[in-house]
Amino acid sequence: MSLTGLFLVSFLVIHLIGNLQLLQSDGEAFNTYAYFMTSNPLIKFISFGLYFFILLHAIQGLVLLSKNRSAKGTKYAVSTNKNAQWASKNMGMLGILILFFLLIHMGDFWYKMKFTDQLSLITYDGYDHGIKDLYTQVEASFKELWVVIVYLIGLIALFFHLDHGFQSAFQSLGINHKKYTPMIKGLGRFLAILLPLGFAIIPIYVYFIK
Amino acid sequence: MKLTLKVWRQKNGTSRGELHSYQVEANEHMSFLEMMDVLNEELISKKEDPIAFEHDCREGICGSCNMVINGRPHGPNQGTTTCQLHMRYFKDGDTIVVEPFKAKAFPIIKDLVVDRSGFDRIIQSGGYISVNTGGAPDGNAIPIEQEIAATAFDAAECIGCGACVAACPNGSAMLFTSAKVSHLGLLPQGEIEHEARVESMVDQMDKEGFGACSNTGACEVECPKGISIENIARMNRGYIASIFGSSK
Repeated sequence: MSLTGLFLVSFLVIHLIGNLQLLQSDGEAFNTYAYFMTSNPLIKFISFGLYFFILLHAIQGLVLLSKNRSAKGTKYAVSTNKNAQWASKNMGMLGILILFFLLIHMGDFWYKMKFTDQLSLITYDGYDHGIKDLYTQVEASFKELWVVIVYLIGLIALFFHLDHGFQSAFQSLGINHKKYTPMIKGLGRFLAILLPLGFAIIPIYVYFIK
Repeated sequence: MKLTLKVWRQKNGTSRGELHSYQVEANEHMSFLEMMDVLNEELISKKEDPIAFEHDCREGICGSCNMVINGRPHGPNQGTTTCQLHMRYFKDGDTIVVEPFKAKAFPIIKDLVVDRSGFDRIIQSGGYISVNTGGAPDGNAIPIEQEIAATAFDAAECIGCGACVAACPNGSAMLFTSAKVSHLGLLPQGEIEHEARVESMVDQMDKEGFGACSNTGACEVECPKGISIENIARMNRGYIASIFGSSK
């Protein structure tokens, strides 16, 4: 869980940096970036690793969830939230929420980009063929209120998932240190706020400002 | 003070249990167990079946008095066993819910008594030093760095009560096992067998049906002896080392 989780965090950082190009009013930078990300052989190779690790993380998580549920047995009549953070006790539920979000997210953009011809082609200088206009597709999606709401729910779940998950990964790997653990926890919270907030800017910007 | 107790009553391991309400008259100087004794005396005088609960030393060091009070193992106070929890922390007219420790690896025997022999089998699988290390003078003859001695001693404070398992949403015994691993493995006498010990104790822990650690930290909060989850990280390091590095 910890190794796959940390790998997925590194993906989120790259994903955010690339997608912030959506904030430019001209779609050229984003569209040529999206073309590069779907056509470069090295990126293609890495992306298969990414799909594998997403599935591995999800499957491991679901197996762990069911194993731990059965190890607990019955619940107490009185439940308490005083001994642990809410997110830490609900990682499975948050993960399932994120998985559903991913299905919607990938169905909307990734599937349409890679497997269909729904996107219109657009020609830029320096390319001898048309490039799929994902930029316009993103804009069209984020003009729908329900899509924006689904994204915000997914990103809130991501905040809680990362807030516990990042520091928890280090503890699982045996890294617990008087000086460094508070730093890791701080970095985890920083990433947990920064990443979902960065992603949230895109649909909010498109819906309200554009 | 007048209290309403809702106590888990269960005849045996196979029957269904339920919460049963009792009225009890206590005073604030009593410990929680003494209040339970008062209730049991009343039940006996009424020819009813007294509530079965475990107790032994009543001074907070044996780890017998396992109860979940208002959803928290050993009650609301930090660093306190049930026997050391006094009624002055409750108010007149309070309703207190008393349940047994719940985990699949801790099956209920009767009422509030659960079978914690899984812990014994974890200890038997490696929670010892294989050679005779001599008496106290022999131990004192080995110079040990103060910080290491203190860390080992902190881990050795574990009384094996099982509150960590009871508090854990996964029914995991990682805090208990890691405390035992740390208190032996940090000292020179136990260091040699550290990785092998971690491996066999963790394997036994899994065999007993305890869950996996998801780092909620609830165990550390509820532990009456303040055992830190730093110990769990130490055990994880030892486990990783036993997979990759050990020649044993």
